[in-house]
Amino acid sequence: MSPRFEPTVGRYLHLDLLGKPHRLYVEEAGSGIPLLCLHTAGSDGRQYRGLLNDPRITKNYRVIVFDMPWHGKSSPPAGWENEEYRLTSRDYVRMILEVSAALELDKPVVMGCSIGGRIVLHLAHEHPEKFRAIVGLESSPKVDPYYDTSWLHRPDVHGGEVSAGIVSGLVAPTAPDEGRWETLWHYMQSGPGVFKGDLYFYMIDGDISDKLDHIDARRCPLYLLTGEYDYSCTTEGTLEVARRTGAQATIMKDLGHFPMSENPEKFIGYLLPVLEEIRAGKKASAA
Amino acid sequence: MLENLAARVNADANLVRRGRHVNTTFLIQIDNADHLVSIAEGRITGIRPGPFITPNYSFALRTARDSWDKLWSPAPLPGYTDIFALVKKKLLRIEGDLHPFMSNLLYFKGVLAAPRSGGVK
Repeated sequence: MSPRFEPTVGRYLHLDLLGKPHRLYVEEAGSGIPLLCLHTAGSDGRQYRGLLNDPRITKNYRVIVFDMPWHGKSSPPAGWENEEYRLTSRDYVRMILEVSAALELDKPVVMGCSIGGRIVLHLAHEHPEKFRAIVGLESSPKVDPYYDTSWLHRPDVHGGEVSAGIVSGLVAPTAPDEGRWETLWHYMQSGPGVFKGDLYFYMIDGDISDKLDHIDARRCPLYLLTGEYDYSCTTEGTLEVARRTGAQATIMKDLGHFPMSENPEKFIGYLLPVLEEIRAGKKASAA
Repeated sequence: MLENLAARVNADANLVRRGRHVNTTFLIQIDNADHLVSIAEGRITGIRPGPFITPNYSFALRTARDSWDKLWSPAPLPGYTDIFALVKKKLLRIEGDLHPFMSNLLYFKGVLAAPRSGGVK
């Protein structure tokens, strides 16, 4: 019997990022319109394996997923031991643009979840001309802290287990066990302090409330997909973004904060019509 | 409301294994009624109803009966699926020495979801 490989190819990309040499892990599958996918805080690109393996998507889209520096199989830059990791809006925007340029992508669709769903709003604000369309998963203008993030990085608490414990309730109660626990496993494998460092962007630096009115979905089609069970990026937050930007918003039944990994089949059912609309070149408009 | 808690937790071998290093007593408040829940090596060894004059516990979870009812519904509504969802809504307060709680968070989430009929999530 021949080996059964997935169509996904993983490679390491060398580039200068934020002024330092980096070695980033990048997976891709499919051909056509580039779809650059951004994972959530404290996790990595494995979250998108359902999309990478779905021929309904890959027949028209080149799905590209990179592990952010410090995440997954992308190591931190040399000298990391002398700094505290902390993600900022400025660095996050630059990182996405520099990765896109290094991959020589021509006006990709960018899609991100949670912190990724927030940063795509920053991209819609600052660089709408660089993207064919923007898709925000679990997007909200801001999230006020509702727990002390210092618990996520201290030597007397297992960082991976507490991170998984923090996010476990964000998975929809209707999610299949396999998707739920695979999603949590990714959190359990995160490096020390990385989830906490990402949350600096999510809960403090990345607040985009005062810029929403300057985002115009007519300049770059903006689609928002949010799970009904997400209490971190709430449906109310997503609908506020839609109301103030002209984005097209859909609230997804039976899904939580990690739609692409907790229940890929259910999520792809919501994503396919969006990707078809983008491919057809229609402009997103307010629902 | 807590009648089945000990039986359900202690019958769940995986949950007990996850909490094998937990030895503590914590407090569950339902409206104004306090309950002290004692745990030894992941197994619930006692649930004592108050009132207490000098309750001795590591941490407390305090919320209204209505919130517990919603959390423990067989099909909880969005916004009531998890104790942190209630915290974010400012309906539930977690206080005291949080170290036993946070260092065994997945275990305690399992314990606090155990009263939910239809299984632990």
